[in-house]
Amino acid sequence: MSLLDILNNYALTLVTFIPLLGAVVIMLLPRKPNLVRWTALVFSLVPLAVAVWMWFAFQQKPCTDIAAEACFEQQATWFPILNASYHLGVDGISVTMVLLTALLSPLAVIISWSITERVNLYMALFLLLEMGMMGVFVSLDLLLFFVFWEFGLVPMYFLINIWGSANREYASFKFFIYTMAGSLGLLLSIQLIGLSLGTFDLQTILVEWPAFQGDGGTFVGVGVWAIRNVSFWLFALAFAIKVPIWPFHTWLPDAHTEAPTAGSMILAGVLLKLGAYGFLRLVLPLFPVQAHAAAPVLAILAVLAIVMGAFASFGQTDFKRLVAYSSVNHMGWVVLAIAVAAWVGYGSRFDAEGHNQLNAIIAMNGAVLQMFNHGLSAAAMFALVGMMYERIHTRDLTKMGGLWVVAPVYGGIMIFSSMASLGLPGLNGFVSEFMVVRGVFPASPFFTIMTAIGMLGLLFTGAYILKAIRHVLHGPFNKDAADHADRTLEINAREIVAMAPLMILMLLIGIFPAWIVQVINDTVTALLT
Amino acid sequence: MDTLELLVWLIPLPPLLAFLIILLVTRGNKLLSDIVAVAAILGTWGLSLTVFFNAISTEHLGEHPLRAAFTWLPLGESVETSFQIGAMVDPLTAVMLFFVPLTASMIFIYSTGYMATGHYWTEIKGGHGHDDHAGEEGDDHGHEMVVDSAGRNLVRFDATAWKARFMALIALFASGMLLLSVADNLLLLFIGWEIMGFCSYALIGFWHNRVYPNQPKRITPMFAGIKAFMTTRVADVIMLLGIAWLYSYTGTLSFREIMYNEAMLHALESSAFPNIVALSTLTVGGVIGLLLFAGAVGKSAQFPLHTWLPDAMEGPTPVSAMIHAATMVSAGVYMIIRMYPIISTGFHGHGFTPTMQIVAGIGAFTALFSATIAVAQRDIKKVLAYSTISQLGYMVAAVGIGAYVAAAFHLMTHAIFKALLFMGSGSVIHAVEHGEEHAHHHGHHFPIDFDAQDMFNMGGLWKRIPVTAWTFLIGGLALSGFPLVTAGFWSKDEILADAFAHAPAVFVVLAIAAFLTAFYTMRQIGLTFAGEPRTHAAEEATQTDWRMNLPLIILAFFAITAGFVGVHQDFPVLGRLLGENPFHHFVGGALLEHPETLAFSFTPLILSIVIALSGLLVGWLIYVRKPLAAGQEDPLKKLLGPIHTLLENKYYMDELYDWAVIRPSMWFAEKFVYLFIDRGIIDGILHFIARSVEWMAFRNKDFDTHVINGGADQVVEGIGGLSDSFKYVQSGRVQQYLAVAVAGLLMLVGVFVWTLFLR
Repeated sequence: MSLLDILNNYALTLVTFIPLLGAVVIMLLPRKPNLVRWTALVFSLVPLAVAVWMWFAFQQKPCTDIAAEACFEQQATWFPILNASYHLGVDGISVTMVLLTALLSPLAVIISWSITERVNLYMALFLLLEMGMMGVFVSLDLLLFFVFWEFGLVPMYFLINIWGSANREYASFKFFIYTMAGSLGLLLSIQLIGLSLGTFDLQTILVEWPAFQGDGGTFVGVGVWAIRNVSFWLFALAFAIKVPIWPFHTWLPDAHTEAPTAGSMILAGVLLKLGAYGFLRLVLPLFPVQAHAAAPVLAILAVLAIVMGAFASFGQTDFKRLVAYSSVNHMGWVVLAIAVAAWVGYGSRFDAEGHNQLNAIIAMNGAVLQMFNHGLSAAAMFALVGMMYERIHTRDLTKMGGLWVVAPVYGGIMIFSSMASLGLPGLNGFVSEFMVVRGVFPASPFFTIMTAIGMLGLLFTGAYILKAIRHVLHGPFNKDAADHADRTLEINAREIVAMAPLMILMLLIGIFPAWIVQVINDTVTALLT
Repeated sequence: MDTLELLVWLIPLPPLLAFLIILLVTRGNKLLSDIVAVAAILGTWGLSLTVFFNAISTEHLGEHPLRAAFTWLPLGESVETSFQIGAMVDPLTAVMLFFVPLTASMIFIYSTGYMATGHYWTEIKGGHGHDDHAGEEGDDHGHEMVVDSAGRNLVRFDATAWKARFMALIALFASGMLLLSVADNLLLLFIGWEIMGFCSYALIGFWHNRVYPNQPKRITPMFAGIKAFMTTRVADVIMLLGIAWLYSYTGTLSFREIMYNEAMLHALESSAFPNIVALSTLTVGGVIGLLLFAGAVGKSAQFPLHTWLPDAMEGPTPVSAMIHAATMVSAGVYMIIRMYPIISTGFHGHGFTPTMQIVAGIGAFTALFSATIAVAQRDIKKVLAYSTISQLGYMVAAVGIGAYVAAAFHLMTHAIFKALLFMGSGSVIHAVEHGEEHAHHHGHHFPIDFDAQDMFNMGGLWKRIPVTAWTFLIGGLALSGFPLVTAGFWSKDEILADAFAHAPAVFVVLAIAAFLTAFYTMRQIGLTFAGEPRTHAAEEATQTDWRMNLPLIILAFFAITAGFVGVHQDFPVLGRLLGENPFHHFVGGALLEHPETLAFSFTPLILSIVIALSGLLVGWLIYVRKPLAAGQEDPLKKLLGPIHTLLENKYYMDELYDWAVIRPSMWFAEKFVYLFIDRGIIDGILHFIARSVEWMAFRNKDFDTHVINGGADQVVEGIGGLSDSFKYVQSGRVQQYLAVAVAGLLMLVGVFVWTLFLR
């Protein structure tokens, strides 16, 4: 078999399990930090190479309807007794997320170079984390989806718990238990669906579940209506905690703030997207009626996340917590767009005249692109926070100031990344936020009002970003910060290498977004028409 | 896409490349950075002129503009639903292509001279008793720390090394403005708009670590930058709603497809709120127009969002010229001129729509309001700042009363003479600072509270910096509307004539403002140049850098001549001589309904001449005939009494905003949203659930100790090896959070059972 054949047939297995292989290898390696780091980097670069290949191969024959046909599909026997199989495949939404995950992981490994304690364990956990996240995006079997979903939690818990900062115990437990509470419900409803249809295969479920009637409206004596509603709310809760949707967000600032730098990068960059992905992949197609009914609630909570997230971020004096809250704010736009997609429904089933079809398409394009964009900018911001923390050993904004004078390149990169996060036109964040606003605004008078309120959040996004820049880089020089530093405050070459790909992509998407929107749009349009 | 259309796309590119090259390659080298930036802007100027001359020689450019577009966002199933962006040159853009690269080029050349030095006071926080890092801070060696009245440790800082960064930022700024000018759709315009917004933030706060010794109330560049960004952002988010509305209503944001399209314009005339009786007279176009206008209120610093602009003077002076003349504030007016068919939806030449009334009202009010403030300012740049706000008010008012061509005309002439004035004032400041340094070398100490921008520290500069003085006079006369020989006269007169004919109330307001304009301009010239020097610094002021003088001379030439393209065809003698108002016929072509030329009338003409001359005369009598002596108070203070205090403090608008907006939002963010809602209520509920369940379920101590602690211990040890990081397991939180899990599960089971069996 040639390399191309292997890629064609096993690309998804490769991107998912090469990190696992890497983790095993690393645990067997001697405790030589540099050897371990380079090994980890190589094992995270291979999935990136595969993902980039997939991205280009995907353009040749894009899969837009995952229920009918998935790209790079692979199926093997796994749990025949439960009718669950090892079934992988992607469409335009998941291939975008795979690219994001594969990109951020090696960058996070590079940033983790500064980890000196128990490097073997750290890197192994990191690669396991990558496997878990990747698995969620590529699974076409609900049970497999759940296994990966849960699996991702464990390494993250230990990353926060062992390598985190002062308040790490509280944060890691809060993160773990909170997400776990959501997952329990998720498992329960996955079981319900599996039991009802006799299979866990997502392609089958996508087709059969929305029309499932059991035996004349009941299944094993229980109303299908009830099963459907229960599983809808359990799904929604699990994903809402993960996104997180206001008011389920308070685990996030704690976990992000206490996690090691690379952990925060991945947490904000990819883990949050799992929740939004869950909505797009499962909740909207499987529970169209319930999602439609809940759309206004979802929209209100999304706007609360946008506005309250921005305000909470603005109210911080801890640099990292400020960036953490910005995730609540940014993911709010994703959820707002999802609300419109739910309102219109896949296949525009609640929009007979087609008034809102294009609006929903634009909004959902915006949502997926915003997921990707936030992955870039949040990872960049957390990396920058971490760099400064490593040097001056404080995250307190009031103890910094004027550092641009001594760290000009760091300052330039931070301003660039901050502006991407702020949604400055010309950089990536604006494109997705504009699409969301454009898609949501005209959907109905209710959504118009929601968008208008969301503008308040957009305004304060500016306020907290400028606050961060002001306290860190600008103003009178704070000599104490520099005195506490054990090395130069300027960014080093390794860190620049980690930041450069993020910055290039931010600019590329900001200036010419068609290359990525095309892929997303094909799938989104197919889903909504 | 033929060559010319490609050229249009290329216009914003050279400065953008210069930005990247300077940041990535030449950043260490000042001379190379200068060369890159100036070469880029001259290249752009060349491209623009090529396009410009092609455009003005094209017949019916309005109907057949140069245009090249491509798909930017593939959305939905077809090209029609996708989003196209393109570059376009129609008559209005051609006008922009005339004056934007011209002024920008002058500003670039000027900057290479102006930014050659940059010394100011900065504060050093903390680090008492240590001096190990002093070298890294770039402070001026040999100058010991000074402590000011507020107890701050100050050193003289030399920001000369940042010059390359400065050139990079103004290059990006120019690129943003040119992008905005050639955009064929509102989104691309908005992109250029916001790029400029960012650049203005970065450039106003360029000397971000600067502090003003012994002036605790004065805003520092850092805060001025933030203020500019946030104030305009208020407007921008509103504008974004307008863009979203327009896009969803018309399905496009292309200027041509919306505003050169009868059907579309007609569609915009339907009622925006048919179900709300009180608002049913508002048309869709009218409401969208208002939302877009909000963007211009921020960008062009109209009341009530004008407060950022005077403080933007904290930036280096070439930036002030950039922001106030050639680019940013012009962008706001350009946008509403561009969107005029939408703002005037349903106007058809008679009966101002509510939207137009609001636009005209805000414009006229701003023109007068800020002219009154300008009268009482001491800072040479602040006078110009308020004058800019006032002149922008003229243009906005002109759009509001349907004087489309007049607004565009004044936009052009104002850009030129205001750039001239700003650079002139920069030259003055530079000269005075130079004089101060000079005095220092002769043994005087740096007075830490000397203000080189305070006109009361000047005087007698006429003989010391003659090139600056003469060109400043020309610019000042143009601003005042000195009859016949200045560009400002022709454009301002056109606005006044339009107002006189259609909106008498607007005319009265603008006429009073015109009087004040002439007065404060003469006051400024008198205080700065007339009489004898009032300080050492002014005594020794010199400025001979050709890089600063040449742009002044070139712009002075245009400040005189640029008005001759728009002389009314029936103006005695000159009208016929100057080609029957070519500007009007050319720019009018940008609209689907070509605007009619107003009939010529002597009444407003004579009125405006009388007003301008009398304003100049009063200023001359007070400030030039009897120049102020050192230490003498402004005669106006006695004349106006408490009103002067009110004006000097800008009607206390800043204090009002601080009290009503900034402080409450900071309190709301920190105390309410974060501490009360998130930390108090939401986390409080979580912790309460945790404790309750712990209390209910885990009263059995044995279970607690052995299962929970033991289990967690083993898991952690098994995976994590040994470490001191397990102490937490003994803390009560483990139980709490496992308890949450159990509680959650119990609740879910409860809901499940309830739904299953009770329904």
